[in-house]
Amino acid sequence: MSMNSQGRPSAIPAAGGTDSVTGTVTGNRGLQIEEPLIFEQDSAGRCGVDLPEAPKVASRLGGITPRARIGLPGLAEPQVVRHYTRLSQKNYAIDSGLYPLGSCTMKHNPRLNEKMARLPGFADVHPLQPVSTVQGALELMDQLAHWLKTLTGMAAVTLAPAAGAHGEMCGIMAIRAAHDARGDKARTKILVPESAHGTNPATAAACGYAVESIPATADGRVDLDALKAKLGPDVAGLMLTNPNTCGLFERDIIAIAEAVHGAGAYFYCDGANFNAIVGRVRPADLGIDVMHINLHKTFSTPHGGGGPGSGPVVFSEALAPYVPVPYVTHGPDGFALVEEAGDGPAFGRMKAFHGQMGMFTRALSYMLSHGADGLRQASGDAVLNANYVMARLEDVMTASFEGPCMHECLFDDRFLKGTGVTTLDIAKALIDEGFHPMTMYFPLVVHGALLIEPTETESKAGLDQFIDALRALAERAKSGDAAYFQGAPRLTPRRRLDETAAARKPVLRWVPPAPAEALAAD
Amino acid sequence: MRYLPLTEADRQSMLAATRAASVDELFRDVPEAARLSGPIGGLPDHMGELEVERLLGAMAAKSLPAGSVPSFLGAGAYRHHIPATVDHLVQRGEFLTAYTPYQPEVSQGTLQVLFEFQTQVALLTGMDVANASMYDGATACAEAVMMANRVTRRKKAILSGGLHPHYRDTTTTDARFIGFDAVALPADPEGTEDLAARIDDQTSCVVVQNPSVFGQVRDYSDLAKACQAKGALLIVVVTEALSLGLLPTPGGMGADIVAAEGQSFGGALNFGGPYVGLFAVKDKYVRQMPGRLCGETVDADGRRGFVLTLSTREQHIRREKATSNICTNAGLCALAFSIHVSLLGEEGLTQLARLNHAKAVQLADKLAAAPGVSVINDGFFNEFTVRLPKPAAEVVEALAERRILGGVPVSRLYPGELGKGLENLLLVAVTETNTESDMDAFVTALAEVLS
Repeated sequence: MSMNSQGRPSAIPAAGGTDSVTGTVTGNRGLQIEEPLIFEQDSAGRCGVDLPEAPKVASRLGGITPRARIGLPGLAEPQVVRHYTRLSQKNYAIDSGLYPLGSCTMKHNPRLNEKMARLPGFADVHPLQPVSTVQGALELMDQLAHWLKTLTGMAAVTLAPAAGAHGEMCGIMAIRAAHDARGDKARTKILVPESAHGTNPATAAACGYAVESIPATADGRVDLDALKAKLGPDVAGLMLTNPNTCGLFERDIIAIAEAVHGAGAYFYCDGANFNAIVGRVRPADLGIDVMHINLHKTFSTPHGGGGPGSGPVVFSEALAPYVPVPYVTHGPDGFALVEEAGDGPAFGRMKAFHGQMGMFTRALSYMLSHGADGLRQASGDAVLNANYVMARLEDVMTASFEGPCMHECLFDDRFLKGTGVTTLDIAKALIDEGFHPMTMYFPLVVHGALLIEPTETESKAGLDQFIDALRALAERAKSGDAAYFQGAPRLTPRRRLDETAAARKPVLRWVPPAPAEALAAD
Repeated sequence: MRYLPLTEADRQSMLAATRAASVDELFRDVPEAARLSGPIGGLPDHMGELEVERLLGAMAAKSLPAGSVPSFLGAGAYRHHIPATVDHLVQRGEFLTAYTPYQPEVSQGTLQVLFEFQTQVALLTGMDVANASMYDGATACAEAVMMANRVTRRKKAILSGGLHPHYRDTTTTDARFIGFDAVALPADPEGTEDLAARIDDQTSCVVVQNPSVFGQVRDYSDLAKACQAKGALLIVVVTEALSLGLLPTPGGMGADIVAAEGQSFGGALNFGGPYVGLFAVKDKYVRQMPGRLCGETVDADGRRGFVLTLSTREQHIRREKATSNICTNAGLCALAFSIHVSLLGEEGLTQLARLNHAKAVQLADKLAAAPGVSVINDGFFNEFTVRLPKPAAEVVEALAERRILGGVPVSRLYPGELGKGLENLLLVAVTETNTESDMDAFVTALAEVLS
């Protein structure tokens, strides 16, 4: 095996040998093709673009000397295409199969949305063009705002936040601004249930609040009495996910809202799970003051391997004055854009420019395609699919709470007790069956959680295949075949990776190999 | 509905399995008073592809695409030519529709891309390591300041008057709510402010932008030394990443953190987003970094592979003790960035950067020849500031009527009091997409508007 610069074995066997894993000369395994780093394919002077000569002018860099070479590799276009194509083939994706990641809403990403987002009137518009030349883009933002307000029943919306966690930040800032505006500086705490997404306590803490945890009841909901006991003049707000991360609707939500408001606090709802209830219930009718919406979940903008997302935030009347800039308004000459907070209560800016326009277009295209009727059908199918999965698995796995669940169903690892097989093992074995694993070890309120969110875009036949695979794995685990699980996955481009080694001595970039003489001297 | 595979027969048989009589019954935990009995009013019903295309196509047609006219806007968003290969590869479903690579065995594609992206960013910025991207340049800037506060255990950031006002405001928003001081200096078009003199023993960092929002390029090596002498960090912001193809690297100048906008590589204008934040640091600060990191390791067979690593800094592990609440980053934009940089390579990048600079010099000379117009920068990359004989906002409107997008008036970025005395300044950016005839049309129209 050849060695790369970090002294770790690379995938390519030395000339003349065969790969110890695949038995092939190349290290490839049929359609699974090994691909070196792009830096290992460098040929100095090669280039994947053809550019015209720069006009001959004296440079005007204010006396600064241009930099020396930095060592980017040179490749021709076909090599670049092949590199990224091969890499893409090492990924699981919603286009290839079921992606049942609870709390992540991995649903079909329609290509119409991609096409619409690339219309020049949306995609080829500079954020600082004169407002008179961007009326189409502003109309799209205004339309999206209308849909989001109507679907949630809320008074105001900001489209600015770049992702869900950014939206959370925005919501907590608005709560802070509202308390500050009243001169109420005594509120130093945010209450967060134990089952919350990690971003909730991280956001509250980042905004300077102490985080206090609220316990859950035996049926997986917020303990209302415990909540009431913690509410007081020192509490700024409650951050609650609804439906919650156990996949359950908070039955007491109206009483929770009343208790929070009664204590002078605000009710933040983490809208990550909005997909379960779109068109079925409006958050405003539940007493929620502020909620972020992940367009990349509920409204199907692609996750893209980890972003970009978009996290618009809706506000009740009480918090509407604190919506950050920028936002679109209706002016005498069409749409206008408010870019400065001025002297009003609104707080400033959260990112450059006006938000994730490319995501707005995709989300609106999705909303228009579904319409009010289709969105209601979608949430219904999402909930039905999750309940179907739960019903067909609860005799072989252990459901954590009684249903009905909403768009995701939660199991824990009691069914694996004494088998030597863990939640992680089940997930890795599922990979060999051709499925992406469910969310594991989250929420933290149950042991060894397996959180399954099928979404509405899965067919019954697809679900049945997934369920049958999971049933067979559960039976196999109980039959005492732990070794099978611990070796999984076996059929993937890479088997289990050593995450401990990665963290202990981090290698976070490629560095050029040392010259041969230096190696010999070692 | 074309996105919903369940048939009515499926629904009935699945309901039977769940022992619920209807889908509505599955919603029985929703308080009855709040439950809607039918589709929400005030919104249209579903539409076919053709209808959606027609509707959104008509809406898009109400904007003037920058590429349809001579366009010279920059100020943090640049119109570059994106090779066709970039958008083709980005739209491969295996990249487009994958989740964050938490399951490394089935995500080696995304992970290797991130490892290569981190390396490219580190090389471009001249830094030791980079993360797997941030939301955009402005949020990267704010996160850099918060990181400097953690590293130095101090709470006062000094923001140069050459920093993009949106970056400044994003940082001061965080300062207000998160609780630190961000001292924002007044606009500094000529790049003459003395930052070193402002550093004291409370200063956690100094934030400069190169080239500045006014286009001025500077060497910050001396400032880096001044920071180091006082125990403060130097944060260098870059909003035009292509400038890294020509200018000395921030790392070479002694930057501790680089926060940059990467839209110029692979990113369309998109009316401001999504873009991609670049974040790079010196080695010793790795564990204080926000955002995701991809690292190299081996699998059970000893083969090289990649994983997300050092996640003990992150919210899903550390919860309220995390270094940042960031979860989603800009994965697909990072991919586009990486493909574009790979196509360019060392030669292409240098050539493209030189081409941009040379064209900017050409236009600067042409504009300076117009009566009453002067270029205020002595050194710039592909963007510069001109002083006009009247308010730039009016001029830009008049140019737009002549179908020329003639730059960004400084008053748009510095409204009201902040922009006093800057009303006549116009930011002009030039890229490889601007032809000589674009430039001549601009100069001619400007002369008309000013006469």
